[in-house]
Amino acid sequence: MADAISELNSFHLDVLREIGNIGAGNAATALAKLLDKKIDMRVPQIRIMKFSEVSDVLGGAETPVVGILLQIHGDISGSMMFILDYPSSRLLVNILMGKPVESDLDYDELTCSALKEIGNILAGSYLSALSNMTNLKLMPDVPALAIDMAGAILSVPAIEFGKNSDTVLYIENVFTDGRDSVIGDLFLIPDDLSYGKLLEALGVG
Amino acid sequence: MAELIKVGMAELKVARHPAILTTLGLGSCIGIALYDSRTKNIGLVHIMLPSSSIATAGMNRAKFADTGIQDLVQEMVRIGSDIRNIVAKIAGGAQMFAFATQNETMKIGQRNAEASRAVLASLNIPLVAEDTGGNYGRTIELSSEDGTLKVKTIGFGIKYL
Repeated sequence: MADAISELNSFHLDVLREIGNIGAGNAATALAKLLDKKIDMRVPQIRIMKFSEVSDVLGGAETPVVGILLQIHGDISGSMMFILDYPSSRLLVNILMGKPVESDLDYDELTCSALKEIGNILAGSYLSALSNMTNLKLMPDVPALAIDMAGAILSVPAIEFGKNSDTVLYIENVFTDGRDSVIGDLFLIPDDLSYGKLLEALGVG
Repeated sequence: MAELIKVGMAELKVARHPAILTTLGLGSCIGIALYDSRTKNIGLVHIMLPSSSIATAGMNRAKFADTGIQDLVQEMVRIGSDIRNIVAKIAGGAQMFAFATQNETMKIGQRNAEASRAVLASLNIPLVAEDTGGNYGRTIELSSEDGTLKVKTIGFGIKYL
């Protein structure tokens, strides 16, 4: 098998962009409801990069970020990861909890479960977009959360991509309420066997 | 002041004294640090996966423990080291996310550490220190001065190996 990602053509990328668009639209609506605010989104960007460049996204490899990882079951299996930069995660928590988070690493259990819930909603928005486009049944598991160096969090999706490719593909999202912006990167990581199935279901296999 | 050289994910680099090789934000990946006390040559590779048996033609060899370490040793020899003088230290191999149901994918850090140890043993390179496992990221710095490996974390302090 040749490099799975470099084999994607512009048509594949258009399809992924479309999933990103619909997913982000759903996510913006869900966020707006959750936060009781008007939320807009910018057109999501599909990014493909080499491993050596991966750690430079989200402000550098040592920058603390919040990662939310969900296992996916159903017609295809794999995982999905949402990464929020630190200011974005704090902003979301502040709005949601109605109180400021005191210090940088003082994320207590309640804050973490609020973040997990946000991750759940965002990932669920993408999964339902993907599910609608492919007619595949996709179910997310309970999310897991980690707050640590960007490089360390990103190593999780990077390793999964690494099995078939020398590059990583992800969807970059920007949500904004007009004043503040929330930046989040979404990694969709189908398991080895699910990759072909997914492209096939999208009609591009 | 020694030059600070960055080694990215799935990259390897060697350097002559004086130098510091660093790799930032190791998660489930492993940083394998080699030091030759005779020449003070140093080498560092940032591997992501245990074995190149899943590799396809033209893939980056530094991504895998087996080919990555082999190539790193060759580079050390190329800049004047004798393999008999090389010792190794490793760090990383964390499990960043905890799930109720454990599957193989989640144990990749542990498998990377096991593979790195096995490859070093097969090359007769002594593993003199390691800081692996846990659920947190690490930044490492390898100094050519005395082969010290500095391991930095967020919230778990700094260690010197």
